[in-house]
Amino acid sequence: MIVNGVSVDVADGVSVAAALMQLKIIPRRALSGEARGPLCGMGVCFECRVTIDGQPHERGCMVRAREGMEVRSDEG
Amino acid sequence: MKANTADVIVVGAGIVGAACARAFLREGLSVTIVERDLVGGGATAAGMGHVVVMDDSEAQFALTKRSRDLWDSLVPELPPEIEFERRGTLWVAADGEELEAVSGKKAHYEARGVRAELLDELSLRTAEPSLRPGMAGGFLVPDDSVIYAPCAAAWLSRGANIVRGTVEQIEDGALRLRNGERLEAGVVICATGAWAVDLFPALPVKPRKGHLAITERYPGAVRHQLIELGYLKSAHSAGTESVAFNVQPRATGQLLIGSSRQFGVEDGAVEEHMIRRMLDRAVEYLPSLAGMKVLRLWTGFRAATPDHLPIVSLCPGMRRTYLATGHEGLGITTSLGTAEILVESVMGRAGVLTKQNYAAERFVECRV
Repeated sequence: MIVNGVSVDVADGVSVAAALMQLKIIPRRALSGEARGPLCGMGVCFECRVTIDGQPHERGCMVRAREGMEVRSDEG
Repeated sequence: MKANTADVIVVGAGIVGAACARAFLREGLSVTIVERDLVGGGATAAGMGHVVVMDDSEAQFALTKRSRDLWDSLVPELPPEIEFERRGTLWVAADGEELEAVSGKKAHYEARGVRAELLDELSLRTAEPSLRPGMAGGFLVPDDSVIYAPCAAAWLSRGANIVRGTVEQIEDGALRLRNGERLEAGVVICATGAWAVDLFPALPVKPRKGHLAITERYPGAVRHQLIELGYLKSAHSAGTESVAFNVQPRATGQLLIGSSRQFGVEDGAVEEHMIRRMLDRAVEYLPSLAGMKVLRLWTGFRAATPDHLPIVSLCPGMRRTYLATGHEGLGITTSLGTAEILVESVMGRAGVLTKQNYAAERFVECRV
C-alpha cells in the first residue's frame, strides 16, 4: 500500500491500523494536537481513523491493507 | 446578602438568561440564576450558534443588528472555547426567481448599516465552490458570525450565583422552587425559552422542534454559513413541518447540518423522516455532503411567537418581574440585545432599540 505518498510493503491480511503501527505512523491527532491511535481495534472507538483511497475518516482497524491502496494519516 | 435573595434573579441559564446576568452584573447589581439543569444546556446547546442579521421586519432587523454589534464589541474578550468565527452568511438563490426576490436587499441592509453583497452565478461559485453548479446566485452578509453557544452562556454567566432548582411559580419580584423554597429579588427575569408557558400559560409562545446533524471533521469543505433563500418560507410556513438547507462550518472542521421546523410535536426524539428530508435537502445544495459521515443527530425546541419577535418586557400586571422569551431561532444572536433592553427598562434609561416593539402587550392575550 501507499502511505502518505510512500510505497510500503506490509504482511498479507494485516489491517491498515496494524500496518500503520508496524510502520510507527500516527493515524490521527485530536484538535489539541495530541496523537491518537487504535484503542479498541474492533471499530468502536474511532481513534484509528485515516483517509483511505480518498475517503476520509475510515476506521483503519476495519479495513485490510491492499496492494495499491492509498492511505493518508493525520487528516482529522 | 442572604442566600435566598439578590438584586436580580434570572430564571434559566440559557444564552438569554446568561446575557441578562452579565448585563445586570455590569450595573453593579447582585445576580442569581436559577437553572434546573445545565448552564447553556437547553435550546442554547441544541442550536447552531449563528449570529445573523435578519430582515423579516424592521423590529427584527433592529434587534438582530444591534445584537450583532454587541457581539462584535465582545470579540476582544471572548475566550477561545467560544470559537468565534466571522464566517459571513451566504443566502443561496437556487433559481432566478429567488435571486430576483433579493435584488433590493443590498440597499435595504446597507441603508441600515449592514454590509451586504449580491452574487451572480459566477461569483457564487467562486465564493463557495462546493455548492451544486447551476445555482442562480446569492446574497452575502460578510460580517455575520458563528459562536459555540454553550460555552458563550457559561462565559456570560460568570460572576452570577447559580442555584440549581426548578421554578414552580413566579410572582411579582419573587418565585417559588419545587422544593418549597421561596426566593425574592428586586427584579425577576423569566428566560426559560419554550418552557415559559409552564410559568405563564397565557403567553403566545409555542415550542417549535428542530433537528440538527453534525459531521466528522472536513476542514475547508465549506467556507460560509450557507442558507437557502427558501429558508424564510420554511421559517414562516403555517404548515406543521418544513425543512430548509442550512449548513455551518465549525472551527473544528465539522459541519452542522440543519434545519427542520415542527409545531405540535412535544417528544424530543430524533425522527427519521425529518432527518431524511433535511439531509436530502442539504445534499441537493451541497452534493459533497453525500460522501461525508454524520457523527451525531439531536433535537431542540425553539420558543416561537406568532410575529417572530421575542417577548422582552415587564410581565403584564407586574412591576418587578420581566419576560425574556420567544426568541425562536435567533436567541443566540438576540440574547445581547434582549439583555440591553431589560437593563435599560429596569434602570429607566432610553436605549438604541424601541422597547415597545418587543413588549408582551402587543399580544391581546397578554393584556391585563
